[in-house]
Amino acid sequence: MEIPYNSTPRPDTGLYNAKVGIWLFLASEVMLFGALFSSYILLRVGADPGMWHLRPLNIWLGTINTGVLIFSSITILMSWANLKMNSFEGFRKFMLITLLCSVAFLVIKSIEYGSKFSHGIYPKTDTYYAIYFTLTGLHALHVIGGALVNLYLWGPGSKMWKTDPERFTNRVEVSGLFWHFVDLVWIFLFPVLYLL
Amino acid sequence: MATTTQSNPHHDVSDSHHHGHEELSFWRKYVFSTDHKVIGIQYGLTALTFLLFGFFLIMLMRWQLAYPNQPIPVIGGILHFFFGDNAMGAVKDGGGYFIMPDFYNSLGAMHGTIMVFLAIVPLAFGAFGNYVIPLQIGAPDMAFPRLNMASYWMYFVGGVVMFVSFFIPGGAAKAGWTSYSPLATLTDMQYAVNGQTFWLVGMVLLISSSLLGSVNFIATVIQLRAPGLTWMRLPFFVWAQFVTAFLLLLAFPPLEAAGIMQLMDNLLDTSFFLPTGLMVGGSVSMADKISGGGSPLLWQHLFWFLAHPEVYVLILPAIGIVAEVLANNTRKPLWGYKSLVYSALAIGFLSFIVWAHHMYLTGMGVTISTFFQTTTMLISVPSVIILTTLMISLYGGSIRFTTPMLFVLAFLPMFGLGGLTGLPLGFNASDLYLHDSYYVIAHFHYIVAPGTIFALFAGVYYWFPKMTGRKMSEVLGKIHFVGSFIFMNAIFLPMFIQGLDGMSRRMYDGGASYASDMEAGILGLTAESIRLNIPITHAAFGLALFQLPFIFNLFWSIKNGKKVESDNPWEATTLEWATPTPPPHGNFTEQPVVYRDPYEYSVPGVKKGFVAQNESAE
Ligand code: HEM
Ligand SMILES: [Cu+2]
Repeated sequence: MEIPYNSTPRPDTGLYNAKVGIWLFLASEVMLFGALFSSYILLRVGADPGMWHLRPLNIWLGTINTGVLIFSSITILMSWANLKMNSFEGFRKFMLITLLCSVAFLVIKSIEYGSKFSHGIYPKTDTYYAIYFTLTGLHALHVIGGALVNLYLWGPGSKMWKTDPERFTNRVEVSGLFWHFVDLVWIFLFPVLYLL
Repeated sequence: MATTTQSNPHHDVSDSHHHGHEELSFWRKYVFSTDHKVIGIQYGLTALTFLLFGFFLIMLMRWQLAYPNQPIPVIGGILHFFFGDNAMGAVKDGGGYFIMPDFYNSLGAMHGTIMVFLAIVPLAFGAFGNYVIPLQIGAPDMAFPRLNMASYWMYFVGGVVMFVSFFIPGGAAKAGWTSYSPLATLTDMQYAVNGQTFWLVGMVLLISSSLLGSVNFIATVIQLRAPGLTWMRLPFFVWAQFVTAFLLLLAFPPLEAAGIMQLMDNLLDTSFFLPTGLMVGGSVSMADKISGGGSPLLWQHLFWFLAHPEVYVLILPAIGIVAEVLANNTRKPLWGYKSLVYSALAIGFLSFIVWAHHMYLTGMGVTISTFFQTTTMLISVPSVIILTTLMISLYGGSIRFTTPMLFVLAFLPMFGLGGLTGLPLGFNASDLYLHDSYYVIAHFHYIVAPGTIFALFAGVYYWFPKMTGRKMSEVLGKIHFVGSFIFMNAIFLPMFIQGLDGMSRRMYDGGASYASDMEAGILGLTAESIRLNIPITHAAFGLALFQLPFIFNLFWSIKNGKKVESDNPWEATTLEWATPTPPPHGNFTEQPVVYRDPYEYSVPGVKKGFVAQNESAE
């Protein structure tokens, strides 16, 4: 027997297997980042008076990065939509833009990290920076992971478009869902760490 | 659905299967297999090994508790050879070696960790879940076979990391299975990489493993149920595993977050869990090393947010096994199947809002304590419903006293005792006295040892014929049962008494230093309760002895057990018995279709007495 519903949706749930899988995975990711955000709140509320930094980060760089990620969320959606409309070329173009956005995000992030390090600021400096580096570091790892998958789908993985287009489109959709989540986490991170 | 042979050039996660029956190499077939049955057996054997190992650790501890600082015969010398003077102290005049305090702490912490994360969960969830779920829902495999394989290997590597930590400088983690900060950060600080580092890395691997597993289980149950297998026709075992998977999926990530933060505290000198003004040993100030400003309670909240749902992860799959074996051996439908399902779901939800009942003593405040006391009493309701439902299911049945059924019959009162003794721990007022005493040890071991482990034994005896085509020896099985039943109780019942007398857990000398000394006017532990340590330890050795028939039976029966005459030797109704024995790759010869509820035993007018789920209406 073959494993059913690998690329076609199951009639009563309306979903194919990988889509169920990614939603479940994202649920656990919500709990992961939720725990870190709760820790942020507890540490901030419990901090000794005057010991919590207010807006010590470069808001401009943060704003640019927010824009970059939101933009890349749109382009990855476009790349999937192009596949749905049978345009492989369109997919390649928009996925490439998404990839460039991820690189841009990571470059800006490392500039921010570098300027902190050069001022002698590390995770051990105090609890604000400890949670700042943990949250953004974990988020950056997610960006890297998502970008690697996208790179694979853009490059060698795209051969599947010829053999099993439906399946390939599903994969891009699943990867896109993950990417939206990464974007969403940042949309929470940015105000919490940069603005509040 | 015809069987096709296709080779897929694309390597990806969700599709993985070379369905077909082409020859696979030995490695692909037995080691890096994607077949849920092979993975289930791999999980089972690895977990049983860890179960034995965890038991061995506690036997060493029991020796020290009964005979403080007396040399351990034979084994003491071997341990000294491996772990050196820091772990095993020499008795004067070359009379052998005894356990040193640091090593004792490692033994205790690793017993808890190994039993929970490397033995029981992988056995109950990884092994039984993997092997049985796809069969019971009429599926060819898990939804994501490659993730499944990755999940097993992550678990395996996590186990190796935990095991290896015994051999590094300083030895394995010592801060208990709860790893409370700041203790966990301050222990063995002289080593940059210490047992706690290994513990945390091991935990991150184990957490990732069960995450992949739970995504897979849930997706499989949602997507791959056979035609006609509606939710309310699922065998209760599947429901139990389904709820368990959700607990793992949602409760584990916070511990992963906490683990990352503790790892940073230990390696990068952050202060997530280290408060301002921390002193070590009353004198050394940590102020020049760390910034402070962190919160030790934060660790406890994150840890117990996982660890309370985790206790239901330990018990729910066991209840699932009990339900299957019980219905099969009473030859009647489970009484109140729907109540069972709804209770399991209610437990699933409520288990996320009771965690701080482990923290009454931390001074959280009365309001918070009251809230958690209330939710804890609420969650006991569905638990009692489950137990009652299973008890009533026995009523009026013509019970077959097979070995699996004996273990199930013992499970019910043991689980009941463990559950009822939990109520005083849920009440704020009484817990202040009982917290961290041997009463707690007795309470939760009644649930996990004569409870869960008995159910797991039942599962092994019950599904063994499906896995191998042979039954395990009933005679050896009954010897195993009687011995285990007697000695389990002989170990844990006296611990209630010790606990009520005030004996603390995690004590190196078995309480001797806290003994009453009437002449000096010191009121402490009574001599009787300290002396109880000795029979308890003897019982632990008795328990070990009675596991030998089981181990022998397990391996001997693979080749020499009584051959089963049919694919359905227990005359059961659920789908796993509709496969060939043992099931081939892909499981079913043709897609089964389900027409009825899971436990149609003793159906009036049916001559053979039961109707399988896949039998169509006459
Ligand atoms: C059946 C044989 C077992 C025996 C004889 C046994 C005995 C003990 C004893 C005496 C302690 C208290 C140690 C102390 O005072 O420090 C203990 C602790 C513990 N046991 Fe077991 N146990 C058994 C099985 C299990 C199982 C199956 C589990 C699975 C969940 C388990 C989980 C734990 C945990 C979590 C602790 C607490 C460790 C800590 O203090 O950090 N045990 N056990
Ligand atoms: Cu609890």
